[in-house]
Amino acid sequence: MITPILSRRDLLKTGGALVVGFAFDAALPRWTWAQTPAAGGHAGKPLDPSEVDSFLAIHPDGTVTLYSGKVDVGTGLRIAVAQMAAEELGIQAERITVVDGDTGVCPDQGGTGGSTGLTRGGVEVRQAAATARQALLALGATRLGRPAAELTIVDGEVRPLAGGAGVGVGTLIGDRRFSLKVDSKAPIREPARYGVVGKPLPRPDMPDKCTGHHVYVHDFTLPGMLHARVIRPAAIGAKLVSVDDSSVRGIPGVRVVRLENFLAVVASDEWAAVSAARALKATWTEWQGLQGSDGLERWTRAAALDRDQAVVNRGDALAALGGGAKRLSATYFWPFQSHASLGPSCAVADVRGDGSATIWSASQGTHGLRSNLSKVFGLSPDKVRVVFLDGSGSYGTNGGDHAAADAVLLSKTLGQPVRVQWMRQDETGWDPKGPQQLLDVQAALDANGRIVAWDTQMWLPAQAPGGRALLAADAAGLPQDHGQGAGLLTQNGDPPYQADNVRVLVHWVKDTPLQLSNLRAPGKVANVFAVESFTDELAAAARVDPVAFRLGRLTDQRAIDVLNRAAQTFGWQPRPSPSPQARQGRMLVGRGIAYVRYKQTENYVAMAMEVAVDPASGRIDVRRVACAHDCGLIVNPDALKNQIEGSIVQTISRTLHEEVTFDRSRVTSVDWASYPILRFPEAPQVDVVLIDRPDQPLLGAGEAATAPVAAALANAIFDATGVRLRTVPFTLQRMKAALSAGSTA
Amino acid sequence: MATYSFRLNGRSVSADSWDAAQPLLYVLRNQFALHGVKFGCGLGQCGACTVLMDGRAVRSCTTPMSLAAGRAITTIEGLGTAQKPDRVQAAFIAEQAAQCGYCTSGMIMASAAFLTQTPKPTRDQVKQGLAGNLCRCGTHTRILRAVLRASRA
Ligand code: FES
Ligand code: FES
Repeated sequence: MITPILSRRDLLKTGGALVVGFAFDAALPRWTWAQTPAAGGHAGKPLDPSEVDSFLAIHPDGTVTLYSGKVDVGTGLRIAVAQMAAEELGIQAERITVVDGDTGVCPDQGGTGGSTGLTRGGVEVRQAAATARQALLALGATRLGRPAAELTIVDGEVRPLAGGAGVGVGTLIGDRRFSLKVDSKAPIREPARYGVVGKPLPRPDMPDKCTGHHVYVHDFTLPGMLHARVIRPAAIGAKLVSVDDSSVRGIPGVRVVRLENFLAVVASDEWAAVSAARALKATWTEWQGLQGSDGLERWTRAAALDRDQAVVNRGDALAALGGGAKRLSATYFWPFQSHASLGPSCAVADVRGDGSATIWSASQGTHGLRSNLSKVFGLSPDKVRVVFLDGSGSYGTNGGDHAAADAVLLSKTLGQPVRVQWMRQDETGWDPKGPQQLLDVQAALDANGRIVAWDTQMWLPAQAPGGRALLAADAAGLPQDHGQGAGLLTQNGDPPYQADNVRVLVHWVKDTPLQLSNLRAPGKVANVFAVESFTDELAAAARVDPVAFRLGRLTDQRAIDVLNRAAQTFGWQPRPSPSPQARQGRMLVGRGIAYVRYKQTENYVAMAMEVAVDPASGRIDVRRVACAHDCGLIVNPDALKNQIEGSIVQTISRTLHEEVTFDRSRVTSVDWASYPILRFPEAPQVDVVLIDRPDQPLLGAGEAATAPVAAALANAIFDATGVRLRTVPFTLQRMKAALSAGSTA
Repeated sequence: MATYSFRLNGRSVSADSWDAAQPLLYVLRNQFALHGVKFGCGLGQCGACTVLMDGRAVRSCTTPMSLAAGRAITTIEGLGTAQKPDRVQAAFIAEQAAQCGYCTSGMIMASAAFLTQTPKPTRDQVKQGLAGNLCRCGTHTRILRAVLRASRA
């Protein structure tokens, strides 16, 4: 057993103490081969996003490879991007393969977040394909001896519009470079003539995912690869005092690796590594730097502020608040939540003695991860390649980037490829979290029910610029900046309805108890919970039906359409809330609605929900959900519905069950018992209605349907019980307590 | 190092393990490269690792090798292939009942076992039948449709 104890200087200088050579390219499985640097004619291809060849290659047999910097995290991005390119190229989507997120071959299109997969990623690929189309038409013109204007591309063949013999695109360009700049003026196909975009084509990953053959990062192996488990401290800020190697002596082939406070075990047998991680005796210092999750709302309100910022300021909301006939105020709270990916994060790293490194990761931002890892571990970015492989759904930045850092640190130290697999408690305990959010909302209505003033104050963690701090680097004492990014948290804090005077004031809180990252619909999920719950409170105060109240204050036809469609699909009976006839047997039944225009500039979503509340137990049963969704042009309606359904069910889970708990030392919600999520018996009926707008720009759809869920649920509970829940999660205890308090909670 | 013999997807196999308590999951993944078996929690809480043992759904992450010895184990790879999926797999593909797909193998194996017990289930019965399998992506709506579709196939 070896216990390498390297100083931080050694680590940065030598690039690993024990370098063992082996043949990287030998005996790799087929799917590994496709992802290795020299494979498949990718070698030396351009990566610059201004080049057509950076995005696509047309092969001699007429098949196409697309290179997407944005990745498919179970969202259907691959089929959607293929459809967008297919439409421009005149090549069947089935003949297109998408390589995503491999920094060695894919252009940097920014991280896959904020629902930009298609709006930026797909649109850039589409423009490259549109440019390629013009080039193919020109090549075809020469070959066929006809002007390009008389040609089209159908089924992978450049053909005369008038009919007659054509020539295949593979013959015209087959694996040769276009050597063209992406032409931002290359014409895009007319939406009215779309034949591929808008079709519910099946996702190409489905057959393999349903037969066990889809390759996830968890399944990737290299010859000579070691399995590692990292042992995180018992308290977040604890220092490692001592390690008793003899505690794992009985386990075959185990090595203990210690780098300052970074502690790991490696073995060629995975179970040996798991067993050793459990058995290893280590002593850590005491650390009690957290305040605990109990009373977090109070802590947040009292926390030291970095600064205040008015993100919306129309008219004079504060003055107008005093002038209304009816004034309401309420406080809403959203807890820390975990990405809680079903599969704990995993990464494989192969750091070589020559300073080159390849990392296989399910990161949503492989290019960003490459620069962060390079900087932190002293590697030269042009020698570092991050290859994306599918992971368990991540919904933002889960533990994956940290697992990659763990793997790099270990591979660099040991000079061997290392696979790091986090355990359940690592993922749920140590993934960077979605932040807690506290919101105070007040508004005033005049005698006619007009909103004359609206004021939202929100407490949010101040976000520091820079790379997100990596756990492994901190533990090993490697210097790094401590950037903190949790996404665009302030959006949708203002009502989407006519209101005369509006202010949204952000109190940026200096500290955050837990490390943060973006978690699906960051910020918006709680802001819309507050704004749309409060809108419902105003409607109830005005004794107006909640749908009618909203419709009466909207002028945008797309907004009106989604509300009407959701209400219609649901079978909405207009009347004010709460319901006069909620009781059905022992259950109280009600319905609620919520609406959002995501980020105030993107998707229109309206959602109606029916819930049944058991007053005896506090159990909340979401029976059915009707959602109308307008994201402009629809690329693949079935993949889109899949995303929307998922957003809805996942957010019901977040609303009913999910809260990260922590004591003074550590996160205490670390598995599916302490961090429960929705289970099948609670799965509601979900009906999604898509409104296609082929004449409108396409918008991303990974998040928008998340935003109105909690408010629709809270509003339905109010309708059923006359009681309003303003703190997430809506646990049995909270529901019961609110009911017995008889009023609002 | 002890040797454990069992049937795996219809073949007789044996595997070596230095630890009789080693969960079947690690042996299936690392010795037989059956990567359809997924590690989700290692605690018996999520169902991602579900395989069939003598036709019953079990969690391979908490099934020690000593218990698997002499049994017939079926993994997702043993049901069917992408070209020739079995009826449950075919129904999941037809309904596009996955997002990330990390839970899918376990869902399909749990569903296969459930449908053997309850060939013509109602939607509510399927919901109860899959109560032990978690899906973080919220694909429940489609998975329920897929299982009902499989029951009619
Ligand atoms: S991995 Fe076996 S139940 Fe979760
Ligand atoms: S599809 Fe991702 S966990 Fe179920």
